[in-house]
Amino acid sequence: MPSNPLRERSGIGTGQKQLDRLFALLGLLAMLVSVGALLVLLTGLLMEGGPRLSWAFFTSYPSRFAEQAGILPAWVGTILVMAVTAVTAVPLGIAAAVYLEEYAPKHWLTDLIEINMANLAGVPSIVYGLMALGLFVYQLRLGQSILTAGLTLALLILPIVVMATREAIRAVPKSLREAAFALGATKWQTVQHHVLPSATGGILTGLILALSRAIGESAPLMTIGALSFIAFLPHAPWQPDFPFLSFEWLLDPFTVMPIQMFNWVSRPQEAFHVNAAGAGLVLMVMTLGMNGLAIYLRARYRKRIQW
Amino acid sequence: MPTNLSSPLKADVKHLSFFYGTVQALKDITLPIAGNHVTALIGPSGCGKTTYLRCFNRMHDLYPGNRYEGQIVLYPEGINIIDPSVDPLAVRMRIGMVFQKPNPFPKSIYENVAYGLRIRGATQRNQLDEKVEQALRGAALWNEVKDRLHHLAFHLSGGQQQRLCIARALATDPEFLLFDEPCSALDPTATSRVEELLAELKQRVTILIVTHNMQQAARVSDFTAFMYQGQLVEFDTTKTIFTNPANQLTEDYVTGRFG
Repeated sequence: MPSNPLRERSGIGTGQKQLDRLFALLGLLAMLVSVGALLVLLTGLLMEGGPRLSWAFFTSYPSRFAEQAGILPAWVGTILVMAVTAVTAVPLGIAAAVYLEEYAPKHWLTDLIEINMANLAGVPSIVYGLMALGLFVYQLRLGQSILTAGLTLALLILPIVVMATREAIRAVPKSLREAAFALGATKWQTVQHHVLPSATGGILTGLILALSRAIGESAPLMTIGALSFIAFLPHAPWQPDFPFLSFEWLLDPFTVMPIQMFNWVSRPQEAFHVNAAGAGLVLMVMTLGMNGLAIYLRARYRKRIQW
Repeated sequence: MPTNLSSPLKADVKHLSFFYGTVQALKDITLPIAGNHVTALIGPSGCGKTTYLRCFNRMHDLYPGNRYEGQIVLYPEGINIIDPSVDPLAVRMRIGMVFQKPNPFPKSIYENVAYGLRIRGATQRNQLDEKVEQALRGAALWNEVKDRLHHLAFHLSGGQQQRLCIARALATDPEFLLFDEPCSALDPTATSRVEELLAELKQRVTILIVTHNMQQAARVSDFTAFMYQGQLVEFDTTKTIFTNPANQLTEDYVTGRFG
């Protein structure tokens, strides 16, 4: 073995080197486990549910006959519920985060709110379902509707949106704020023209991750009484006459993808399990699509900004 | 103290003290600022030069727990700009600032310079164009950027970015400009360009500059204040401070014996 004078003189022991390699190996293994689990899941779903995917699967209502059953009300329901969730949680969450980060005085009360926010993000989703049942269904009498479901999921992801937005706002360097203030900008001008645009990438990423958590939720929606077998669509959000938009759908009953899956899985016939796998595949593609969008947006906004 | 400042005062600082919470960072500073001249603040790190500078545009108001005492009287009106009844925005509208590290907005060169005008309500395109060109010429940057005004400011070199920040501050016609070690992140060529610029600018504005580079203070300033541990040790014409300082501490510092 050739001697290595550099290594001898620098005093790096071979033991250190081996330890280094050992950790690299352990890290690699850990990564393979998580990637492997995902791959197994995806192939399983693909093999089982893949053949079930067809145009008819997307355009059919559920049925007593597994071969004729489809996910039409489920994916329409999911999209409508997510729309309500996004429209509610996004402006509320961003506004709350801007207030907490830029306007609120820093003292024990804001510290308490911050701790609470972190706790709320960890509350099990079914607890939100119970609260929504009491508040939206019984007190406000919104019914077991798309509106109730959207608001419930909005409450569920609100803490996540607030925390992600605060994180993104905090990452905007002080020097940028000071540059705006030194020119005579007001607080709102600084936030509106500089802080929020610079934080957009981070905020969008947080939003999409929050929404992709909401899209997979079933427990809170079952608590408020989502139907699991539904053979009609909600009212269309448009109409032929002025003002062309209709909001009747907000109060319609609904189902969503995870609940449809749950319904199918809990049936004894094997053919329905295949349907569940097919629906699972669609849901997974929806979620992966949203995550992909988050990554794309983050990369896009990062390109514009460098500190 | 120079007995005759040879030109009308732009500002008169009287018994200024400043506190970060309970920590006193500036102790009873009294210092006149001559109009249309460059006044340099020198002193070792942590002596309070930057803290002092940031009092002039009420930058400390952005963070909680800060407190001023004393007066900074701004002329010609003779108002005390650190009085709580004075709106910090009104002060910043008249006193511009250039920071230690170039901090352009993540926008185009044009929008960087136009920003101060826009928040003052300017919307007319041709008027903005004219002001932007004037400011960029004032900052000796026009010829380098006139063909790419709508490119991102981040694509400029460090020295160009700093001159862009100067142009941004100039665009709103301030009476008074604060420079916080504007050359500390720049190479020697860029530094000398900024220094030349300072000499031109003082025809129009009053300049207060913090620097830890004594040669720079000697080159660009008319008056120099030496600060140490939150106190003003000596203030005089730059020539006197560097050739014949009255205080032993000042002499030790300018001759490089400590700092």
